[in-house]
Formats: sequence, structure tokens, C-alpha cells
Amino acid sequence: MNLHGTPLSIAVFAVFVLAVLYLSFFFARKAKSASGYYAAGGQIHWAVNGISFAGDYLSAASFLGICGMIATLGYDGFLYSVGYLAGWVVALFVVAEPMKRMGKFTFTDAVDAKYDSKGIKLAAAISTLVVSICYLIPQMNGAGSLVEPLLGLPHWVGVVIVGSIVIMIVSTAGMASTTYVQFLKGGLLLIFSTIMVVFLLVRGIGTDPVSLQDASGKKLLFVPQQSTEAELATQGYQPVHKAGEFLKFTREGETSWWRRDAQGGLWQAQWAAGDVVNGQVGGLLQPVSRITAIGGLTAEEAARGTGPISPVGFLASLTHAETRIEQWHTAKVADEAGRRTTIYYPKNVSGTDEMKPGVKFKVDTLWNKLNFISLMMALFFGTAALPHILIRYYTVPSPACARKSTIVAIAAIGFFYVLTLFMGLGAATNGTVNPADSNMSAPLLAMSFGKVLFALISAIAFATVLGTVAGLIVAASGAVAHDLMDRYGGMNLTETQKVRAGKISAFGVGIVAIILGILFRGINVSFLVGWAFAVAASANLPAIVMLLFWKRTTASGIVASITVGIISALGIILTGPEMFAGPYGRTAAEAWHKLGQPGIISIPLSFLTLVFVSLATQKKAVAARR
Amino acid sequence: MLHEPARDSGPDPATAYKTRLGLWMFLFYCVFYAGFVLINVLTGGTVMQSIVLEGMNLAVVYGMGLIVLALVMALIYNHLCTAKERELADAARKEER
Repeated sequence: MNLHGTPLSIAVFAVFVLAVLYLSFFFARKAKSASGYYAAGGQIHWAVNGISFAGDYLSAASFLGICGMIATLGYDGFLYSVGYLAGWVVALFVVAEPMKRMGKFTFTDAVDAKYDSKGIKLAAAISTLVVSICYLIPQMNGAGSLVEPLLGLPHWVGVVIVGSIVIMIVSTAGMASTTYVQFLKGGLLLIFSTIMVVFLLVRGIGTDPVSLQDASGKKLLFVPQQSTEAELATQGYQPVHKAGEFLKFTREGETSWWRRDAQGGLWQAQWAAGDVVNGQVGGLLQPVSRITAIGGLTAEEAARGTGPISPVGFLASLTHAETRIEQWHTAKVADEAGRRTTIYYPKNVSGTDEMKPGVKFKVDTLWNKLNFISLMMALFFGTAALPHILIRYYTVPSPACARKSTIVAIAAIGFFYVLTLFMGLGAATNGTVNPADSNMSAPLLAMSFGKVLFALISAIAFATVLGTVAGLIVAASGAVAHDLMDRYGGMNLTETQKVRAGKISAFGVGIVAIILGILFRGINVSFLVGWAFAVAASANLPAIVMLLFWKRTTASGIVASITVGIISALGIILTGPEMFAGPYGRTAAEAWHKLGQPGIISIPLSFLTLVFVSLATQKKAVAARR
Repeated sequence: MLHEPARDSGPDPATAYKTRLGLWMFLFYCVFYAGFVLINVLTGGTVMQSIVLEGMNLAVVYGMGLIVLALVMALIYNHLCTAKERELADAARKEER
């Protein structure tokens, strides 16, 4: 698909960037002290902070990733929505108020509040950096991927634009400007996602969707032909090659790929081999995904569409056993000449299968069950331990405000995650899925409602990256300047020097983020967000929880727990099947073990380490206190 | 106005109450979340596809329910915490008099 931003989308984007930069320079005068720079003076209103939490947390992975996953895999994508939101319960009931009471500027401040230990400062700062970098890379990479089609600029330019804007936001006014950028972005994301879902429900569903159109008004939707080998033979198709369930045919010099389903029927697919797409050099993939039958409606009624439909009616229609939906998948095969060919193929599934878990997260074997439990644990326990989320507790005046802002965040984020189910399914039923990049499903759905909504949603998608990256850079620069330089390194900086160190660190971290974003181009790095949650849940949460609820916790116990949490979580991921099948370019069978998600081992291991080491160092800790 | 240096919020006599309440509410929510995960794991999706409400299946209703439950519990928690904070603050003021 070839999507170029309209002048309107570029204009909306430019207005947003100018507004953001104006805010940054406006607040710059007020960020003269360390408190002003790292914690916005601790005077942000709890309601503003709550929406800013949403702006910080709802990253590209939430907006683009989850909607895309629901659009292509159905209900499984919504499992992320549930897990990401449930994590806020841990934040509210366990972490919010104590974090505000104990901390000053960073996560490290809170865990080190009782001990003043160099070991904790070092371990917690490293943990903050590891989690922030894992989170930054996919955001920066996503920024490049977004800019490429929307503004028609090269990937690296997109990364540099985002990096430069964020460096300016953070290095001018730190947490103050970051807060208002996130507030703006969080508010806009909620408002326009709601508008898009209202439009979707007013349109209703039908088997002849609006989809996208070219300049002449012709529908671009790819409607796969259904056939059999015998029928194709009568039409002059010659079989050329077979690769598993995929068959390659030629007819009058034209190549086509088909997938054989379980009943022996053939479904036409789209394909790409190098720069040849669907048989044309430099050709384009067509948008896909539609509903092919609606339970309870005749074929004619379904073609006319339901018209305006209620939210419950929308979900019930898609869940109906007689409803049929195309789910689009990707496979890589070799053709008869050994050329790698990517096949984009449909599976016509029932509404029952579309709306139940099990397409991506299978639970048929013991290892799959453990992986699923592990993932849900990481999502649940990871949120409350993400450093860029935790530092937002310092921007409000009191623990009660920290609590109230978390409740606003739960309302805003929870509402948004409910909308993701509608936006994802809306893309799946409206023919607005790019088969090569499901992340564009939400913006493409907006495009089916017209250029204005597309321009706004595209600009918001870009702002989504800006808001999250700004929060991450504040967290990472705090770890470098405040935790490592000032407190661990004992540099005893003055207020002015602390602010300057923070700004220089933000600049340095921003440059590193730009470089990593460019280097990781084209590599699927979505798993890095999973890493960030797994490492945060394994390294940071046990330290926070035990510090609050177990009086015998020692500094050595916390250092050991954070260290074991980082090493075990990363170790399990790096030696697991997802890394072997993905980045290492080998097979999952070659992995050292079958656990793709580490949480089920690394989280309890980190807790146990803290308990054992704390018990073993009780005497030393008591002596040190004397 | 908004960005003066942070001030110390002072001692909070309701801390112990709020910590205990938070822990119990966390455990209560954990039971429901664990139920969601375990139904998936133990029944392989077959129970989750059962239609339970207005044509929607258990997977959708339970998932949405967890989101709504989080908000409802958050509001209850805030109400109880605020009431306790006021009660203890009033008691402290009376003692001062």
C-alpha cells in the first residue's frame, strides 16, 4: 500500500509540533530548580496528571499495535488491553501513595529512601536505563515507520524528527513540558478515538464495506477469489510450485499464489518477492479484511449492511456463530527458484473463533500454557514498576493526589482500551488492514471516514510517540544525572548544576535513542516492549513491594533482587524460542528452552532472592544501623 | 503557580489504614484476574466462547468486566481513603483544641 500524507495531515502535524514547542519554551523559565526540572515542582493538578499518565502510558504499542493485532488476529489482541489496564490496579492499591511519600525525583529515590545505599543507587539506575532503552527503541522505530508513509519522508528522517523534537521538549523544561505534551496527547487520543468509534457504529457492518478508494473513487479492497484446483485448471491456470499449503500458478505470464484450506478449497493470496508485488515490479499491496457473512442476516441484508448499530449489537453480531470474517496472516516461503516470497493470505473464520482467545496465544501444550501465564503476569505486575510511569507520582503535591491521579488514569486508559476492541474489529470489517503492516489499521480505518479524520488520527499517532518518548527520556536522564552522577558518583551538584546535568543527559539519551531507532530499522522490535514489562516486573516490583510490606528487607536484599530480576528475565528471553526464531535467524527448536516469556520464573525468583539475601544479611544491616 | 518547588505533604495518620485496605483490594482483584487467566489456560478457550450476555461471549464480557471492575474498585478505594483521611484529620483538630 502506498499512503502519502495529505497537506491537511502535514498541517495538523505541524500545528501540533508548534504547540508542543511553544509549551516547552513557555515552561522553560519555570524549570530552574532540580524539583522543577525532574518533578514539575510537584505541583501538577491530579486531574491533569491523570490524563498525562494516559498520555505517557498509551504508547504506539497500545494505539497502533493493539488495534492492528485485533484487526488481524481477533480477540487475542484484546488480551493485551486487559493485561495493560489490570496493571494499574497494582499501581493504585500498592504503589501510588508510598511512591509519592518515599521518592523525590526517580524510582531509585524511592527504593533507596530507607537505606542510602550505593549498591541500590547503581542497581536501580541500571534497571531504569535497561527498561527505558527497551521501551525507547520500538517507539523510535515506530516513529520512523509512521513518518515514512504519512509524510513521505525516509525512515531515518522520521526518527531524527521525533528525536529532535523530544530532546527540545525535555531539555527546555523537563517534566513540566513533558507533562503538558502528554496531557495534550492523552486528551486528543481519547477524544478522537471516541469519535472514530461513534462513526464506526453509525456506519454499522456489512459484507460490502466502504474500505479505501483511489483518486478515481474505485475501491482498493482486495477480495480474494475462492476456487479449486480443478476450476483453476479449466480457467488455464498452470501449477508451478507447491510450498506446504501454498500453491503457485501461472496464467498468460501472470503469477498468482493460493492457499489450500482444510477442506481442500483454494483462496487467492497477495504476495511479494523482492520488489515484485502481486506480479508487478514496484507494485502495491491492496488493503484487506472484511466480513463475509453476518449471523442472522441473509446475504442480501448483509450486503446492504446493518446501518447504525449499538456497541453491544456490534460485538454480538461479530460473535455470532454464523458470522464469517477474513483473518489475514503472513507466511514466508521459497518459490521454485528458491526466492523468498512473502504470502499474505486469508483464513475465513467464524465469529465464534474470531472473538475467542487462541489464535496467537495458544494454550494447547504445557509450554504454551506457561508462556501465556507468564505474559499475563508481566503485564499485570510490570505497569506499576515502569520507571517512566513511577516518576509521574512525584509531579503531584501529595499522596492523596497521587491516588486520585491514578484513578483518573484508570478511567481514561480503561475507556481507551475498550475502544481498541471496536477500532481493531472495525478495521477488520471495513477492509482497512494493510496486510504487510497491521500497525496502520487504526489510521486506515480513520481514512475510510475521510481525509480530515485521517489527518487528525495520523497526527495523534505521531503525538503518541512524542508523549511516550518524552516520558522515557525524562526517566532515563534522571537515572544518569540524578541517580548515577549526583547520588552514586557523589558529585554533590548545586541546583543549577543538577538542572544542567539533567538537560545534558536528556540530550545524550535522545541522541542514543535516535541512533538505536535508525539502527533497528526494519527489525521487528515489538518484543522489546515485552522485555521492558518483564524486566520491570522482575527487577523493580519485588523491591518496591517487599520494601513496603516486609520490615526485614535489607539493602543487600534489594540489590540482589534487582540484579537477579534483570539477569534472569533477560537471560530467559535471550535464550528462548522467540529470539531464535526471530532476530537470531535460526529455528525455535534450536532455543535452549521453550519459554518465550520469563515472568513466571523471573518474578518469583527475584522475590525469593530478596527474602534469602535479606535474611542472610540481617545482622550486618542491624550493625550498620547502630 | 503550578511549578513552584514541591512541598512536604507532612505526616499522614491514615497511611496504615490505606496500606491495609489497598492490599486487600489488590488481592480481591487478583482473584478475578487469575480466574480470567486460568479459565483460558485450563479450558483452552472453549468456556470463553460461551455466550453469556446479550449475544456476547464470556471472553468479551470477562475482559470488559475486568476493566470496569478496576474502575469501580478504584472509586470505592478512593471514597474509603478520603473518608478515613477526613475522619482522622477531624479527630486531630479536635485534639489540638
